[in-house]
Amino acid sequence: MAESTKLVVIGAGPGGYAAAFLAADLGLEVVVVDPEENPGGVCLYRGCIPSKALLHVAKLIDEAGHAADWGVEFGAPRIDLDRLRGFKDRVVAKLTGGLGQLTKQRKIRHIRGTARFIDANRLEIDLVEGATDTLDFEHAIVATGSHPSRIPTFPESDRILDSTSGLDLEDVPAKLLVVGGGYIGLELGSVYAALGSKVTVVEMTPGLLPGADKDLVRPLHKRLEGRLDEILLSTKVVAIEEQEKGLKVTLEGEDIEQPERVFDRVLVSVGRRPNSAGLGLENTAAAIDEQGFIEVDAQCRTADPRVFAIGDVVGQPMLAHKASHEARVAVETVAGHKVAFEPACIPAVVFTDPEVAWCGLTESEAREAGIKVQVARFPWAASGRAMTLDRDEGLTKLLIDPETERILGVGLVGPGAGELIAEGVLAVEMAALASDLKLSIHPHPTLSETMMEAAEVFFGQSTHVYRPKR
Amino acid sequence: MIVGGPVQELKLPELGENIESVEVSAVMVAVGDQLQRDQPVIEVETEKASLEVPAPVEGKVTELLVSKGDQIKVGQVVLRIEGGSAATEVAPAQAATVGAEPAAPPPLLRQDDAPVVTFPAKHKPKIGRAVPAAPSARALARQLGVDINEVPGHGPGGRISRDDVKAYVKSLVQGRVAGAAVSGAAQELPDFSQWGEIERTSLTNIRRATAAHMSSAWNTVPHVTQFDRADITQLESMRKRFNKRPEAAGRKMTVTAVLIKLVASALKQFPKFNSSLDLAGDAVVHKKYVHIGVAVDTPRGLLVPVVRDADVKNVEQIASELNEMAGRARDRKLKPDEMRGGTFTISNLGGLGTTYFSPIVNWPEVAILGVGRAEQTAIWVDDRFQPRLILPLSLSYDHRLVDGADAARFLRWTAEALEQPKLLLLKD
Repeated sequence: MAESTKLVVIGAGPGGYAAAFLAADLGLEVVVVDPEENPGGVCLYRGCIPSKALLHVAKLIDEAGHAADWGVEFGAPRIDLDRLRGFKDRVVAKLTGGLGQLTKQRKIRHIRGTARFIDANRLEIDLVEGATDTLDFEHAIVATGSHPSRIPTFPESDRILDSTSGLDLEDVPAKLLVVGGGYIGLELGSVYAALGSKVTVVEMTPGLLPGADKDLVRPLHKRLEGRLDEILLSTKVVAIEEQEKGLKVTLEGEDIEQPERVFDRVLVSVGRRPNSAGLGLENTAAAIDEQGFIEVDAQCRTADPRVFAIGDVVGQPMLAHKASHEARVAVETVAGHKVAFEPACIPAVVFTDPEVAWCGLTESEAREAGIKVQVARFPWAASGRAMTLDRDEGLTKLLIDPETERILGVGLVGPGAGELIAEGVLAVEMAALASDLKLSIHPHPTLSETMMEAAEVFFGQSTHVYRPKR
Repeated sequence: MIVGGPVQELKLPELGENIESVEVSAVMVAVGDQLQRDQPVIEVETEKASLEVPAPVEGKVTELLVSKGDQIKVGQVVLRIEGGSAATEVAPAQAATVGAEPAAPPPLLRQDDAPVVTFPAKHKPKIGRAVPAAPSARALARQLGVDINEVPGHGPGGRISRDDVKAYVKSLVQGRVAGAAVSGAAQELPDFSQWGEIERTSLTNIRRATAAHMSSAWNTVPHVTQFDRADITQLESMRKRFNKRPEAAGRKMTVTAVLIKLVASALKQFPKFNSSLDLAGDAVVHKKYVHIGVAVDTPRGLLVPVVRDADVKNVEQIASELNEMAGRARDRKLKPDEMRGGTFTISNLGGLGTTYFSPIVNWPEVAILGVGRAEQTAIWVDDRFQPRLILPLSLSYDHRLVDGADAARFLRWTAEALEQPKLLLLKD
């Protein structure tokens, strides 16, 4: 007996559950298929949320140490890993449980299992409890997300972690190697460093956070140098050998004095890959590109008009907030609304300390695309609020179209940058002009004033930055 | 330098996205000129359009800092005006007044090279130069089925508001209705370059307005053209005698001035020709005034200055007024108001040597008189051929209001008046 539904959502991450919830709210009959007990996906179970809980603790440890400069001394932290893990797990359980409640309240049917397409209107579902079921649908939204990339030449070893196992916090290794200086590696590396590991970061390219503007990365790099054991740029891990006392790692790069080192654990954070295989997409008309991303149009529709796809599985940037917006577009399209996924910008935030955040155009993108921009920078050394935090390394910058004065991009580095970037997103989406930011009264004393003052810098006069007359 | 009012600078305003500099194609004022607010001062060429930059304030030009052919940048000072009354904010070129009336839609810059936000199959959000519109405005455009990139933005920096989207959709809808009657360009043009070398130049504002106005008049008015001729031998000798008088220096009587005067009298005689048809209102609008438009050929195109109350002015007054206005029309200094309100139009192509032609009625007027070149012609008079100066006349009229017999009477009356001008001048 084949059951049927109007809409099925495959995967209940921040894309999938947002899609299912909206569909239900619009009155569509919707079934969501996901193996977990509650919705949440990588974001809640193995990504954004648990890592932020741990980064919060890491920052507290750092600040407690920093407090000695202000005349307040704490003893060395004693870390109870079980309780720390318990805190993180409670956060995850509470949030995912809440989503489970919301699912029930909306009367959404949640089938625990993994689905594959038999054809463009039927799924076969391997249920978690063991049996196999089929489900007919009118429309499907694929929101299966992504998984951490592996390096095939590395051996199979319990000592090699990825972002998922890294968040499990099994122990605090004395010596940890982080392979990949992107946001996941730096965030998790920071957590382990705060907990007491000696952390070495190896990055293949010449800079941390590839893709971010250098001036935003510099203050982070500088601070991490004091917290991590070593940052090795333009360096590759060519071999890992499991030994009794640890993992023997062979590095290759310029100026590597000691290419062979032993680490207790290695965290591999070299990107993520879309979960498009094993879904039976070949039984539909949907197309997949060479990197494994499902190809979609501006309505998140695949080449098969019944099948939509959203989130990490359709392409970069692999961010929860992109997925949940695509979810709205896909569901509203199914519901017959005229919509499109055409954001002016998608913000990116790295939750290290200091945080790095940007949205819209970056300087390197402007250079590559030949777009003329004027960059207005406001250093946090001139911010009263930054001073009170004893953190003056931050920077706020605006990328402005010199002709129209329109704000095309915003870049931030400093504590709280991730919260501040939201104003930048609004500015870019609303096509705000530099004078709009300049003339909007920002509360004092806050870090948000740096946005306003950067706009003042664009016009050549800023209250807290003196520029000699030319 | 500050004498009288404050000195104001006119800077080249923002002309549109991606336009940094433009070429000055014409300078319409000189140092010492007294400017009216909104009077065009320079014309600039962009890749896509030519635009007039209006004066922001009234006042006298004290310094002119650009000349024809210059490449100038947005924000560069064009000229300085003394005695400016207010408002340094220069309206963008959209506000430039179009020469002829009725005005074509304002010459908004089409941002043809703005990026079209579409997704390739491989989904990568556009960054950087996305269209300057808030998400709510973009959503509205999508709902209304228009490309947001096509919508002209009127906010700061060309920002497109929801109101801009609505106005654009409205203009499209109206354009479609009017377009059914007006547009002659529905069919696609062939690629002319397949037959030889071509060059494209942009339409000037005047040409654009003329094209729209002529299409509309042609499509609205059922035209009939009738021809007649007048023997102006006597008028010509009288005119020459008149102009030879020492006191006539600088105040010459012209054929056109005489024609204006005669036609004004004809219009008093045949008031139907001085009216307009209001089909929607089921009425004929009779005008108790006689304002006669005269088509003037200018380097920029056709302009029609209007001589007011021609029925109560004498030929000399009409001649000097027309001469002055035609001069200003050629110098681009005619104000839009001076080209409005005509009740009848005369198009005299005699100076260029044509005979008969069928002019298009200058709607909402109901008739237009075309005048060709007078020619010495052998005419059978008193049992023999005599050389007579014959003036070709063509009268086009709106057959909805004017019948052939009316037109024949009007034209004959006018021709006879030309043949015996004294009769008319005596009436004055």
